[in-house]
Amino acid sequence: MEMEKKTHYDTLETMHGTFQTTLTQKHLARKPWIPNNPKHIKSSIPGTIVKICVAEGQEVKAGDLLIVYRAMKMNNNIKAAFDGKIKKIDVKEGDNIPNHALMIEME
Amino acid sequence: MTVEDEKVLELQHRKEKIYFGGGTKAIEKQKAMGKLTARERIIALLDKDSFHEYDIFVEHDGRDFGMQDKSLPGDGVIIGTGMICGQPVAIFAQDFTVAGGSLGFMHARKITKIMDYALNMRIPLIGINDSGGARIQEGVNALAGYGEIFFRNTLSSGVIPQISVILGPCAGGAVYSPALTDFVFVVENISKMFITGPEVIKTVLGEEISMEELGGAKVHSELTGNAHFYATSEDECFVQIRKLISMIPMNNTTKAEKIAPAMPLPEYDITKIVPSDPTVPYDVRDVIKALVDESEFLEVMEMFAANIVIGFGRIAGETVGFIANQPMVMAGVLDCDSSDKAARFIRFCDCFNIPIVTLEDLPGYLPGVDQEHAGVIRHGAKMLYAYSEATVPSITVVLRKAYGGGYIAMGSRHLRADFVFAWPLAEIAVMGPEGAANIIFKKDIVSAENPAEMRKIKIQEYKDKFANPYVAAAKGYIDSVIAPSETRMFIEHALKVSAHKNRSQPQKKHGNPPF
Repeated sequence: MEMEKKTHYDTLETMHGTFQTTLTQKHLARKPWIPNNPKHIKSSIPGTIVKICVAEGQEVKAGDLLIVYRAMKMNNNIKAAFDGKIKKIDVKEGDNIPNHALMIEME
Repeated sequence: MTVEDEKVLELQHRKEKIYFGGGTKAIEKQKAMGKLTARERIIALLDKDSFHEYDIFVEHDGRDFGMQDKSLPGDGVIIGTGMICGQPVAIFAQDFTVAGGSLGFMHARKITKIMDYALNMRIPLIGINDSGGARIQEGVNALAGYGEIFFRNTLSSGVIPQISVILGPCAGGAVYSPALTDFVFVVENISKMFITGPEVIKTVLGEEISMEELGGAKVHSELTGNAHFYATSEDECFVQIRKLISMIPMNNTTKAEKIAPAMPLPEYDITKIVPSDPTVPYDVRDVIKALVDESEFLEVMEMFAANIVIGFGRIAGETVGFIANQPMVMAGVLDCDSSDKAARFIRFCDCFNIPIVTLEDLPGYLPGVDQEHAGVIRHGAKMLYAYSEATVPSITVVLRKAYGGGYIAMGSRHLRADFVFAWPLAEIAVMGPEGAANIIFKKDIVSAENPAEMRKIKIQEYKDKFANPYVAAAKGYIDSVIAPSETRMFIEHALKVSAHKNRSQPQKKHGNPPF
């Protein structure tokens, strides 16, 4: 009994060596890990931008309200986690944003 | 005509009206979607003329929003009992032609009635789902109905096999009944399962997706792992269900029916399937087919986490559950999905007195940030838990690689496998030769004049010393090193001598597996 001869296999490396095999779509589509940048303020749930409370170039203190966005019928108040300056605002009021969307860049 | 005759005739008329379901138009619509009617499905699935229906004259309980003036034949669900391959089963089928198969109070009560019956009579339950969801007009009574169903699914779990067949939409809370059952069957283009549908997702999130892409048969078979059997037509689906029912016991106090033994087909030659080079892949299903009667293997969750293979086959007429690493896909590694898949299957087998045969050939766990962050620790632990908890006969055969944590997880002696066999080319070691040499001989390799050459030498040294089954056999972790050609014979004997296995567990309410 001969199994179907596949001319090309991919390889997979584990701690125990390198092995010939096929790879699943799920594995190939996995997202590379990007370290979290605390200066990038991102959404944690998809929603709509209700209000932007700061302007580019503005100095803010920890606890200042930066942005309000509405998701699942709830308003989410996003506040500054540290003192800093608003470098760039990447959304505008009324925008529908997906999860993990970049909203504000601080410096 | 006597009064009696007239009464019988009236009964016939009443029944016929209800048999007609939601009427010509609704039936035509159902057919246009490529679907059979609920009654046709039951007839197609069960043994000929074996179906007996109950609660046919049940009326719905809606009293508001104009519902009180409407008649819904059978309240949109058919319940009854019948036979599959001569074995009794209880069945319900939602009728989409009647108010979209929507679930109201009486509809749910019919379902829970047949569920109670199945549990009390200790016979398998089959639910055919084809429903638009809760009947909004009946308000919280519809929700109560779902809750009563989920509760009974849980109560019956591990007592009777429960099978869900998704032959239409199954949305919102309704999906949790199938999710609680043992096996979910889906059909291409017909099955649709989701918690929140495309419309809600579009309104709330602005994301556009079709029903099929969101929760179609393929999605649940390949991606989510919610479905166990995939078919391209309803007829194929019914054949699969009949096949499964014929291989599993009716309840947790009996064994699957033993049939006349038969040999595997000669074209599956077990000595010619597994390459000796541990890095070269092969299809482990060929090994299973070389072991089971008539080479007939009923694979479960074929498309999901294909790096592990699970399913049922018979050895000398007795049903066994196979768990096998698949070197052809992802080198057969363990990861979150494959651990979940195997763990739930082991627990099904353990619930229903089906011996477990594990075929092992894996290079450990899948490395990666995504895996670690997805919780491979707790997912992987489910498998250890399931193997350790199982008290059915458990037989493990190490075909080739058994390294590190993978060796422990895949039904090892230490998790109480009853018999552990290994083929002569098995490599049972704490690490693969490459990895081990890099750690143990790091100094020798780095300080060598030719590190690459030294590395090669040290890998070979490790291979010769540890990459074999005899170190483990010397400690009794392996019961026998066997030739591949002897494998079926050894499994058959092991099944025979462990037929009356009785290993007691400490008294407890229930354990706490890492769900």
